[in-house]
Amino acid sequence: MSYYFTIIGTKDNPLFEHEFGTSKPGGDGTAKFREEAAHMNQFIVHAALDMVEEVQWGTKDLYLKKVDTFQNNHIHTFITGGNVKFMLLMNPDPSATPYSNLASPPPSSRSSTARQSMLLANNPSSSQTEDAVRGFVTEVYEAWVKCIMNPFYDVNQEVTSPIFRARVAAAAKRFL
Amino acid sequence: MPSMADAASTSQALTDLTITPLPPKKPHVPSLKYPSNRKTIYDRNLNRTKTSEISLASFAYLFNSLISYHQSRSPSVSELETRLNRAGYPIGIKMLDLLLYRQEVRRAQRPTRLLDMLQFVHGTLWRSLFNRAADALEQSTSKRNEYMIVDNEPVVNTFISIPKEMSQLNCAAFVAGIIEGMCDAAGFGTEGVSAHWAGEGDELWPGKTIFLLRFKESVVERDEAIKAGGG
Repeated sequence: MSYYFTIIGTKDNPLFEHEFGTSKPGGDGTAKFREEAAHMNQFIVHAALDMVEEVQWGTKDLYLKKVDTFQNNHIHTFITGGNVKFMLLMNPDPSATPYSNLASPPPSSRSSTARQSMLLANNPSSSQTEDAVRGFVTEVYEAWVKCIMNPFYDVNQEVTSPIFRARVAAAAKRFL
Repeated sequence: MPSMADAASTSQALTDLTITPLPPKKPHVPSLKYPSNRKTIYDRNLNRTKTSEISLASFAYLFNSLISYHQSRSPSVSELETRLNRAGYPIGIKMLDLLLYRQEVRRAQRPTRLLDMLQFVHGTLWRSLFNRAADALEQSTSKRNEYMIVDNEPVVNTFISIPKEMSQLNCAAFVAGIIEGMCDAAGFGTEGVSAHWAGEGDELWPGKTIFLLRFKESVVERDEAIKAGGG
């Protein structure tokens, strides 16, 4: 299970990126994305922003749950009051993800690390997954509000604070 | 369209250039400084307690400095009001998320409808800033995109006396800026929020101030579309 988390500003500009793997039994906390995923993840999340715009006026909740799926990438979104989006892409087995028809996936090398930690990802819209993601984004939201309370922070500025990153990583470790 | 000869001479020129390699990238040295008690802003609590309320005197002093600063730099009353508005704007953007956070996160509700937004400003925002709701919320009878929030006695104007030649000036423009920032952040773009004196007629509340919110036409249309969709 690998995750790609990014914060998108009000002008669809990325403010923060973080990749990590599951810390549940069987995972070591590092992302197992293939090389091409580096840009594909950004691409998939960017495409999902359209879906966010569609659902964001239909609900008053901040957590919009799963908004989009591409192959076996599932994207959950949390939207803040200020229209900043927290996008969490989860992929149960990145090594088996064919991003295009041309590049066939490597012969099903379902590595042991990928197999063991699929509890959450097997069911990307199960209430169990949603609760875990909700816990994660709620913690990130707290750190986010603290970050924007900084009087020197302006809207749509990148977040570079290593403490913010540590907070996100800690929340990821706890919930995902 | 460059000819072949041009292209050849360009490539010739390129090879003639002496190439100096870029200096190696310096390793990133974090310049983060921790406060002496090791407590960063991420360690502070965001919820407000009764004891952390700010005193009116210190606010009045700061607000006074803000006004004097901008007054010395603006040639006209409207310029001064615009500057005060701009000073409040970023506060509004940030207040929105802070107030949502202070509601219980699981039950926090983003304002998605125009009326929700207005009530959020009228109630939640006013209570957190001034400890009471605003005094009235009205819709303009002539224009469907105009709303008014009335405050009988704005706290920010408590110690402000307006000179006769600037009688149009209302320093609550600062609060108008906060409202504007909050509406903008929530996706309810405005054509401006302004603060106006209610006029001499009201003897009971001489400082009565009307905040006029003019929403963009697209916002009103979206709201009607949501209503039509049964949302």
